[in-house]
Amino acid sequence: MMPIVVAADVRKSFGSVQALDGVSIDIQAGQVLCIVGPSGSGKSTFLRCINQLERIDSGAIWVDGELIGYRRVGDKLYELTDAESARQRLTSGMVFQRFNLFQHLTALENIIEGPVTVQKRRRKEAVDEAMALLDRVGLAAKRDAYPSELSGGQQQRVAIARALAMKPKLMLFDEPTSALDPELVGEVLEVMRDLASSGMTMIVVTHELGFAREVANEVVFMDRGAVVERGPPQEVLVHPQQQRTRDFIAAVLA
Amino acid sequence: MSSTAAPSAIGMGMKPEKFDPSIAHLTHVPRRHYGRWMASVLILLVFGYVVKAFAEGQIDWNIVGQFLTAQSILNGLVNTIIMTFCAMALGIALGVLFAILVMSPNPVLKGVAVFYIWFFRGTPLLLQLLIWFNLALVFPRIGIPGLFEVRMVDVMTPFVATLLGLGINQGAYTAEVVRSGILSVDTGQTEAAKSIGMTRLTTLRRIVLPQAMRVIIPPVGNEVISMVKLTSIASVIGFAEVLRNAQTIYYANARVIELLIVAAAWYLMIVTVLTIGQHFLERYFAKGSGRRRTRPATPAVEA
Repeated sequence: MMPIVVAADVRKSFGSVQALDGVSIDIQAGQVLCIVGPSGSGKSTFLRCINQLERIDSGAIWVDGELIGYRRVGDKLYELTDAESARQRLTSGMVFQRFNLFQHLTALENIIEGPVTVQKRRRKEAVDEAMALLDRVGLAAKRDAYPSELSGGQQQRVAIARALAMKPKLMLFDEPTSALDPELVGEVLEVMRDLASSGMTMIVVTHELGFAREVANEVVFMDRGAVVERGPPQEVLVHPQQQRTRDFIAAVLA
Repeated sequence: MSSTAAPSAIGMGMKPEKFDPSIAHLTHVPRRHYGRWMASVLILLVFGYVVKAFAEGQIDWNIVGQFLTAQSILNGLVNTIIMTFCAMALGIALGVLFAILVMSPNPVLKGVAVFYIWFFRGTPLLLQLLIWFNLALVFPRIGIPGLFEVRMVDVMTPFVATLLGLGINQGAYTAEVVRSGILSVDTGQTEAAKSIGMTRLTTLRRIVLPQAMRVIIPPVGNEVISMVKLTSIASVIGFAEVLRNAQTIYYANARVIELLIVAAAWYLMIVTVLTIGQHFLERYFAKGSGRRRTRPATPAVEA
């Protein structure tokens, strides 16, 4: 079976900094992949390449069987138009470190914005589904609250609901709990755990090694723009083979 | 007495109050602001003098009252309002367009926008107005060769020249306001919009501009108010707005000050109405900004 995401030799630099130095990763549908690594290791950049928030310099990424960002003509890859990239992004949902809820819209309006504006679905239907999603993340009572009136944990749960409203085949999480006060981390991880057990394919960039050990099917350790080690969480996080992985885990647990 | 008493209090000729809990029941008297009282009295005196001077001066207030609602003045008023609306609409449209162009990575598009802003902010509005009005001297006829052609003097009426002059000049200022508004919106908002499949244009229209409005509205509101008054410049090229029509009347009846007062009264009226409108507009676009936390909480809906 074709993996839902395949990245082949992906390279990306910001000026003189090589953020991704030949990353090849694949993930099967229904799996949870956690990417861990020190800051600056390129893990967030890689996640952002999967839904084209960053343009890759070379290499190729397929999502759900489709080459993303480019069209192959002969021996060249031609960059897609804005509208074509926008359509491809519908396959994946993204959750950001800083939540990025639309500040001028209420929780409910944030969730129905995509279905109504992008997918052109009927408002009534979108509202019904949004309410079901808000209920699922435990925030039905906050439907009319603006983001500025919600705690960080609540904002992130609304952001997850907003991504799910587009019915993505794949969810990308970019350090979803890093900007939260410690007491609010649990409620967000709870929603993510629930999502994983429902069979959603998830790629999670995280510093929560406990969550990775418990929920991930597979863990990737990245450093300096490259994959250092990958395997089941018991191997990578408990019995790492590489010295760099051991050093990182020791530093995080210290 | 005690050597620890505050020296400054002694220096100002006051004795330091001795420790005495029994004074706790005494009445407190707030500080008196004699300076402010005196300033207020002086200002009221000057104001009264000015009012008296105008009341006794050679102004025929009956004439003012009589021309306040004269047909010609009201027509001019309508033209002023229409011109303010049209020029501002053109200015905002151009402002948004050039704000986007000036942020374009394409050097030609960016260059055109930079030139536009530089040129129209760098020359006097009155001069621009005269150039538009006299454009027939440069291009006697305009049109698409072979398809149609018209004489420039027929096209460049006072209305059209004023609209182009005020609108295009306004666009150069509004472009800068819109640009700062767009920059005030966090890039995370754009990324989130992209992540739910929005194109760049939809993102701008649905996510970025509505939030930029909070920053854009107050200065644009000021500019609308300026525009109301700037339309009076068009009197020099014969556009029949309220000042021009007031002038036409006083050329005939020599009641100069009376008619200028009439015009001033109408400008004040429009500006007052607009100021109130701006207040409500600002409140509308402040939603979600956290400054509106006082809005009544909507009762929780049971799902």
